[in-house]
Amino acid sequence: MKIAVLLKQTFDTEATISLDSEGQINRQGVNLIINPYDEFALEEALCLKENYGGEVTVISAGAPEAQTALSQALAMGADKAVLVTDDALAKSDEQAYALLLSKHLSDLGFDLILAGWRAIDDGSAQVALRVAERLGIPHINVVTKLEINDGKAVATRETEGGSEIVEVSLPAVITAQKGLNEPRYPSARGIMQAKKKPLQKLSLADIGLSADQVTPKVEIISYFMPPTRSVGKIIPGEMPEAARELCRLLREEAKIL
Amino acid sequence: MTAGIWIFAEERNGKIKKITYELLSVARNIANQTGQEVSAVLFGKGVSALANTLGQYGADKVHVADDDRLAQYTSDYYGKILANLIIENQPSVVLLGYSSLGRDLAAKVAQKVDTGLMSDCTGVEIINEQLIFDRPLYGGKVFAKTICPEARPVMATIRSNIFTASQPQARYQVEVVNVDIHLEESDLRQLIKSVVTQIASRPELTEANVIVSGGRGMNGPENFKMLEDLADVLGAAVGGSRVAVDSGWIHQSFQVGQTGKTVSPTLYIACGISGSTMHLAGMGSSKCIVAINSDPEANIFKIADYGIIGDLFEVIPLLTEECKKMQKASDSYQTIIPVAQ
Repeated sequence: MKIAVLLKQTFDTEATISLDSEGQINRQGVNLIINPYDEFALEEALCLKENYGGEVTVISAGAPEAQTALSQALAMGADKAVLVTDDALAKSDEQAYALLLSKHLSDLGFDLILAGWRAIDDGSAQVALRVAERLGIPHINVVTKLEINDGKAVATRETEGGSEIVEVSLPAVITAQKGLNEPRYPSARGIMQAKKKPLQKLSLADIGLSADQVTPKVEIISYFMPPTRSVGKIIPGEMPEAARELCRLLREEAKIL
Repeated sequence: MTAGIWIFAEERNGKIKKITYELLSVARNIANQTGQEVSAVLFGKGVSALANTLGQYGADKVHVADDDRLAQYTSDYYGKILANLIIENQPSVVLLGYSSLGRDLAAKVAQKVDTGLMSDCTGVEIINEQLIFDRPLYGGKVFAKTICPEARPVMATIRSNIFTASQPQARYQVEVVNVDIHLEESDLRQLIKSVVTQIASRPELTEANVIVSGGRGMNGPENFKMLEDLADVLGAAVGGSRVAVDSGWIHQSFQVGQTGKTVSPTLYIACGISGSTMHLAGMGSSKCIVAINSDPEANIFKIADYGIIGDLFEVIPLLTEECKKMQKASDSYQTIIPVAQ
């Protein structure tokens, strides 16, 4: 089975965000990680390969730094990595990324495409679904359990207030939700082996696209920080009094209860 | 801009979901400023009767697709019908909720009609006829102002509990348009084999007005009963921090934070939660935050409106009792009013 994993590098979840003097997000000193949901997707791909054989290719599009995320994926057990990086992608949006990823995916041909259901940075939850639509193949979104059998994927997906079991024929796009698995850590041997595995860097031209084809439809005009919350009241006293006072404040001051 | 502001109406078990009313309020506001009309799109089985309700909340027109094949959401069927409707009618704006269904459908349809999509928006404004949407990034640690200058329609998903629904008004002229449904069996590639609906005695986390949430300080799954008791008195949802979820104390679908759900209830009661940046990213936009924690240095106190430093196992049952008492008092107050009149 040929499996592709779409992988995005994001800021560490513990990262503090600030804006620089130009009003852009300050990237200095921020720890970069594999988007946690993409890590679930990668782990699932590796498990499928172990059970059924095949090959796992991780594909990322973005800044050159994303190479470290791909190296980590190779160390975890992926076979090949592809990084599409190009100055023309600096302001790209979801549809542009979906275009270039689907272009490359269809050139290579895959049975299964796995991705995180969203990235923790922009939370847009779009690229994988747009890729499925572009490739004309079905998707199952927000998956917590996946079985592959007989050319079909059967997945449990999370919905609001419940879940459903959905079946699609391969090739298909599956997006991973927390709960699907526990991602492994790269072993020392895995890290050594990763150095010998292919990590291909491609420009837009390499995959047959021009800069004007990835013109964004959505543009960011500025960034702003959320309003800071002022430090509130610590309610003093013994616990029974404090609980009573809290109730009173919620009713009379905050006008909630 | 004359082509109309559209919203996708979400329905479950014969009831319109709260996010739909919030979308109508956003749409009405844009429509009033730009001289357009508001249309709702309503899909499902046996949903036609709900069209009038949508009118009361601000829709001028409702496109209804009422069909057995739409009883259960599938992006294949819903996506095809919505994309075709958009292509036929050319609305200028299409809004959906950033809900499980809305996210799935919006991405699919945006790709089908080849437009941009701004996700999880928490603010909307119009400057020089340009619609500007605020989008949280990094779990709300920073926000972006985004536009979709050329492609049409402008599509966005809207976070729930941010915008206030308007009060319903009796309206007389809700135009109901029955959608011509052209579906082939081959359109449906997603076979729904079974559906599990949790019997929800509590509101959904992302829609709840009040959330009672537990973290490391809860010490174990058995103690969540205490939070449930408080939640039931307040009509609240119960959530948990990543630690609580990773320790197996509460199911991961109830996780609040950057790798869980993002919530913005009116009241968020954080019990034994220290307040990591990841957690704050998921609940920092709550209108009022209460923190109960034995550690006076806990980060959560820096953003809480009200804090109690103390043993949560002592405080929570006391708080539950106080809330009960207050409700009883207000119940009797309400029953006395008509007599007094």
